Amino acid sequence: MIHLIDITFSYGKKIILDNLSLDICPQERIALVGSNGCGKTTLCHIIMGLLKPQSGELHIFGKQRVTESDFAEIRGKIGFLFQDSDDQLFCPTVIEDVAFGPLNLGLTPEQARRKVSQTLKSLDLNGFEDRITYRLSGGEKRLVSMATVLAMQPEFLILDEPTSGLDEKTCDRLVQILEQSVLGYLIISHDANFIAQTSKKVLRLQGGKIETIET
Amino acid sequence: MKFEEFAYGNTWVHHLDPRIKIVTAAVFSVLVALNHSLESSLISISLPLGLIFAAKLNFRALLIRLAIVNGFTLFMFIFLPFTTPGETIFTLGPLCIQREGIIQAFLITVKSNSIVLMALALLATSQIFTLVHALSHLGMPDKLVHLFFFCFRYIHVIHGEYCRLMNAMKIRGFQPKTNMHTYRSYAYLVGMMLVRSFDRSKRIVNAMKCRGFKGKFYILHHYEMKGYDYALVASSLAFSIVLLAIR
Repeated sequence: MIHLIDITFSYGKKIILDNLSLDICPQERIALVGSNGCGKTTLCHIIMGLLKPQSGELHIFGKQRVTESDFAEIRGKIGFLFQDSDDQLFCPTVIEDVAFGPLNLGLTPEQARRKVSQTLKSLDLNGFEDRITYRLSGGEKRLVSMATVLAMQPEFLILDEPTSGLDEKTCDRLVQILEQSVLGYLIISHDANFIAQTSKKVLRLQGGKIETIET
Repeated sequence: MKFEEFAYGNTWVHHLDPRIKIVTAAVFSVLVALNHSLESSLISISLPLGLIFAAKLNFRALLIRLAIVNGFTLFMFIFLPFTTPGETIFTLGPLCIQREGIIQAFLITVKSNSIVLMALALLATSQIFTLVHALSHLGMPDKLVHLFFFCFRYIHVIHGEYCRLMNAMKIRGFQPKTNMHTYRSYAYLVGMMLVRSFDRSKRIVNAMKCRGFKGKFYILHHYEMKGYDYALVASSLAFSIVLLAIR
């Protein structure tokens, strides 16, 4: 479903990804590990089309993706959870933030509202609709961010350090949400416990290359 | 930082259509600003006073807001009586206090207070985001509306960042003094906040793109005019006519 072929990316002279190739299947549940600054986030941003690789090809959902409009097509289908929830939640109220994606996908306000309450309900966030996003706690912010992603009905998820800064209880909630979901995902994480609970395959990014260390 | 102090009430003023609030407040402010007669200014202040009363705003918080405005009008009372030519009513050594100056200062005070009271009664009783929506419904350019909205949304985040940086400085023994070290440290602080805000803005736009943003905001809430809205329009229209007639 996602195929990266000989992707090279560098910041100035520092090579981050070095002729990297990677194939991801729709239902796969993968953890991506690696030291700080090794390019895990960069790799995910390349998949989403937020960064352009210097060379290599990206094939996502059966089509080569090059231009901005190519990537605009896939962004509704691949849900991306950012590291910092404050970047993701920009609307004042939860309902507006969760509705933002569905509205962009062309739903009517009425349909979007329904989608929001469905999604919040499925995450046990009933009654959060009118809460003010910047007044939520860190854990609540992360769960609402998750709702904003899931409300778009993605076919695959990419989660960038979803457990950083979360307490044990919220981590468990996240594990539960992922277990209940039928979606495949790629998770960037340093949390060995979380990885063991959620992932069937572990990839390590090192020296600009990917190696499978566990399945 | 305190925001939207007056926005969360449950009176009919709070529930007015925000579009009507914005238009009324704007028209009222222009009319009051252009007014030169003390009588009609005194009449005009009754409308915002009535609305403030109806909105049941916290009196103490209101006085604090007004104190800020009247800090400026105080200067009018200090300077205008001596500088406006007119009838002398009192002599203070070489200085003469003129009647026209006092009236002028009083007029400015009444006018500025009634504009601020109107803004507090109508605009401060809506949540910022409601106002942003209303502005876009009123046909304000998207760019301005977005700018206003993002300023408000991220001022909390930037303020939080400022507090964190400031605390990081304090726990390492930083004490502001009048010296080069202090100036340099503050400059670093401001510079760091600028850089971080810029980085953050890039991350936000990326996050928005990932959720299908293509440059257009869709509005979830739509407004509908109700009885009170028509009443406000009618009464402020009548008010404006009275004001214009007195002039």
